[in-house]
Amino acid sequence: MSTAALTLRQLRYENKSFWRNPASAFFTFAFPLMFLVIFNLLFGSSDFGPPGSEISGSTFYVPAIAAFSVITACYTNIAISTTFLRDEGVLKRVRGTPLPPLSYLLARMFHATIMAVVLVAIVVVFGALLYDVEVPTSNLVELTGIVALGAFTFSALGLAATAMIPNADAAPPVVNATILPLLFISDVFIPLASAPDWLESVAKVFPIWHYSHAMLTVFEPSGAFEGGNLWIVGAWGLAGVALATRFFTWEPRK
Amino acid sequence: MPSPAIEVRGLRKSYDGTEAVTGVDLTVDEGEIFALLGPNGAGKTTTVEIMEGHRARTSGDVSVLGHDPAKRERALKERIGIVLQDTGVNRFLTVAEVIDQYRGYYPDPRPRDEIIEVVGLADKRDELVRRLSGGQQRRLDVAVGLAGDPELLFLDEPTTGFDPSARRNAWQMIKNLNELGKTIFLTTHYMDEAQFLADRVAIIVAGKIVAEGTPEALREGLAGDARPTYSVAPERAQELQQLAQSKGIELIEVSTGKPSLEEVYLSLTRPADDQPESGAQ
Repeated sequence: MSTAALTLRQLRYENKSFWRNPASAFFTFAFPLMFLVIFNLLFGSSDFGPPGSEISGSTFYVPAIAAFSVITACYTNIAISTTFLRDEGVLKRVRGTPLPPLSYLLARMFHATIMAVVLVAIVVVFGALLYDVEVPTSNLVELTGIVALGAFTFSALGLAATAMIPNADAAPPVVNATILPLLFISDVFIPLASAPDWLESVAKVFPIWHYSHAMLTVFEPSGAFEGGNLWIVGAWGLAGVALATRFFTWEPRK
Repeated sequence: MPSPAIEVRGLRKSYDGTEAVTGVDLTVDEGEIFALLGPNGAGKTTTVEIMEGHRARTSGDVSVLGHDPAKRERALKERIGIVLQDTGVNRFLTVAEVIDQYRGYYPDPRPRDEIIEVVGLADKRDELVRRLSGGQQRRLDVAVGLAGDPELLFLDEPTTGFDPSARRNAWQMIKNLNELGKTIFLTTHYMDEAQFLADRVAIIVAGKIVAEGTPEALREGLAGDARPTYSVAPERAQELQQLAQSKGIELIEVSTGKPSLEEVYLSLTRPADDQPESGAQ
């Protein structure tokens, strides 16, 4: 069988086992929605943005949580679950078989991508039904592209992150410590109208700030998509691939 | 003469300057059960993982079914099965699904239900892996190793943690696989396991092979160091004891048969300063 056929086959098993753990599946989907609901309760009625081009809190949070969905489905999920699989010896077992290692990793990345797509769809539908945030029908191509780019970058970074996670028990704290601060300083959870300039400069080094801002413009009622800085997101993805290629390990660490 | 399934010459492996394997030579013939016996930390797992392609060697030549395992070629991986101590499978799939998943990686897999039958998991075929007992999970490990119908099967301590009857079953299973023509390379620290299963045994201590041969030959080989043993018909044993007594000869121990492989093993693996002095009692 070709690498592509083996990847697809592996994807089926990844998907099957994902749904066999209902608690994990439920909260994977409920988690971003919880943030969407909570942030809307807290800030939904305030307006954000520079004077003259203010947007409502709801219009801000639907794209922000859509961006968060891609990040959590890909980066957080892949980094934590792959570390567990590594320490349970599943990766080592697979590596002793003729399955091309790339097929296995691609199947995991594709599975995370499917999760991201489903999550973004749920967030968009929720936003339309509950918060009157228009489905960005005029920017569907841009939306698809930005989800695909995010899935690539954040999955690659998730695989790269496993290399610095010493063991499965350390996976959740390490992953959260790398991602939560960035979510707070990158206009995802809270719009940073009054943040010091230097903090924004720090945020702009990393991919999340650029990602969430580009996502915001996908939902712009005027339809003016601005993806000029997405090359930074893509560059981080390539860096993730390079780091994972060099440092990813298949052996359990004790 | 069958061609060797595995040939290892001058194998060395060091980790950060410490040598774990210090010059191992081995030949495993096609169709035999070969046991690598040694205490924990002797270099068994390092040696077997080099043969499987899981580790790189520092120096030496290794040929497995005519391939260099360090190249990690798919053509070799299609012909070997690997059962290690520290590997796992997806816990949210059923026994049948896991076996099918792994069968799908091989060009010519063994029928699924046959595999389940061989490892004795027929009544657990639709059970989730996470609900299996430890012994059942170990049997599933072996089942996954058989998925591709390998010519050569590596078993790293296959029965560690088994209860006696599960061990007997596992041994029978390994014998059956061997009868189907599989070459089997196993590591173990159980003497009785090596004695029961292996056509040939190599004993590894501190990264070196200290003895190699059939279990029989190893036991014969120790005869020089052993106390002389005289065998008599059982019904005359008491007579011999009385005779010895009347002559003032103390019989320290009366035993029957040759030294067990365990005695051979212990005498070979014991540090030199730990040898009991002869005649101390």
